[in-house]
Amino acid sequence: MQRYEDILAQLYEAIRPFARDGLELEEPTDLVNDLDLDSMKVMNLLRAVEDSFDISIPLNILPDVRTVKDFALQLQKLTKEGP
Amino acid sequence: MKSIFDKFRKIAETRQALEDSGVDCFDIVMEKVISATEAIVNGRRTILAGTNNYLGLTFDSECVDAACKAVYEQGTGTTGSRMANGTFTGHLLLEQELADFFGTRSAIVFSTGYVAILGMLSTLAGPGDVILLDADCHASIYDGCRMSGADIIRFGHNEVKELEKRLRRLGERAINALIVVEGIYSMLGDRAQLADIAALKREYSAYLLVDEAHSLGVLGEHGRGLAEEAGVEDSTDFIVGTFSKSLGAIGGFCVSKHPELDLIRYTSRLYIFTASSSPSTIASTRTALEILRTRPELRSRLWDNAYQLYERLRDMDFLLGPEPSPIVSVRLASKEQTLAFWKGLLDRGVYVNLVLPPATPDGGSLLRCSISAAHTPEQLEHICEAFASLRGVTQAAKAI
Repeated sequence: MQRYEDILAQLYEAIRPFARDGLELEEPTDLVNDLDLDSMKVMNLLRAVEDSFDISIPLNILPDVRTVKDFALQLQKLTKEGP
Repeated sequence: MKSIFDKFRKIAETRQALEDSGVDCFDIVMEKVISATEAIVNGRRTILAGTNNYLGLTFDSECVDAACKAVYEQGTGTTGSRMANGTFTGHLLLEQELADFFGTRSAIVFSTGYVAILGMLSTLAGPGDVILLDADCHASIYDGCRMSGADIIRFGHNEVKELEKRLRRLGERAINALIVVEGIYSMLGDRAQLADIAALKREYSAYLLVDEAHSLGVLGEHGRGLAEEAGVEDSTDFIVGTFSKSLGAIGGFCVSKHPELDLIRYTSRLYIFTASSSPSTIASTRTALEILRTRPELRSRLWDNAYQLYERLRDMDFLLGPEPSPIVSVRLASKEQTLAFWKGLLDRGVYVNLVLPPATPDGGSLLRCSISAAHTPEQLEHICEAFASLRGVTQAAKAI
């Protein structure tokens, strides 16, 4: 199981291309509001994170993901359990 | 003070803005339906080019006669579900005829196409299972997946390599995964890459469900849909379809080679607790299915019409879906432009579907035409002329 800190660092890397210049990514960063993502961008971001971690992210978890921290915690679970 | 209706405020504002703009696009009333391809709308004779009436059978005299006869002989409705009120002979016969048509072991008839896909997905898959679905799948498929409780994994539209990646990542779980795609995608009219997808299904021993809602009666030598056209019916575990498009009625079905399909009757709440199709619906659907089987010239005429519209609009430099099909979607630059264009078409006696985000696949705005075998050359010409006369709307927007 990956350490949370390592997952967070990898997640920042995957998200950075989707963040506007100058936006500091932090655990409380709101993925939709702070990153100003529409549904297409959300899909592309998900795909980038999936490829970075080589996992698939079920859509079912999305209602529980609002911030970068929420996302990292979910990824920690997924990298432990699959799919 | 908070109200239960607060959540509707945003949609109320959007609707008001549309009304204020003079484009009342969601309240279209067919004041009088004249034929499969014409109605009176806003007091004007209007060509219907957005009704999914692919074979034009809604006014076919044999279908109408069969429906009338059924009403006189069996009444106007079944007044309940098959579980509670019993099955009418027509339900059974239609199921046998569907199974015979598709060459499958059995079939189940549902009351609508929406209920068919919802009922199948929510019952077939459950917690612990995985559904892999194409991102452009219809809302009913997403809803069914959600109801199932299975893990829902989406892959990019028709991106077969993305699907393979996701199957590989599943490891042993791929054996219970259900891949869900559509024969023809309803918004842009393109086909699933079904031969490649079926090959992956076989390689990973997964299951494959194809929604042939828009491809039944449209694709395949015998009109069975994309699975037939792509030569992968043997690899397709479940085919779901609707009676409300090529068959000109209302209802839905699933056919399968798996004997377990019959158990869906005892487990799907969408089958158990819904009133069954009325006798007239079943009768006209059975007749329409027979026509679909015996009059392939309808399919040829449909495709001739579809190619004609697609090519004419393409030659006018409209941005269209990726391939010719009975669904011809025109992509415009903005929501405002699309609304103006749609209203312009209606003012010229042409009705098409207005599709705005978030209902569109990539957030764009579409004018979605669906072509019928029943469209005459004169009607097609009128549709093309209406589009041509409105090209200024798009050019004005480009200039801005």
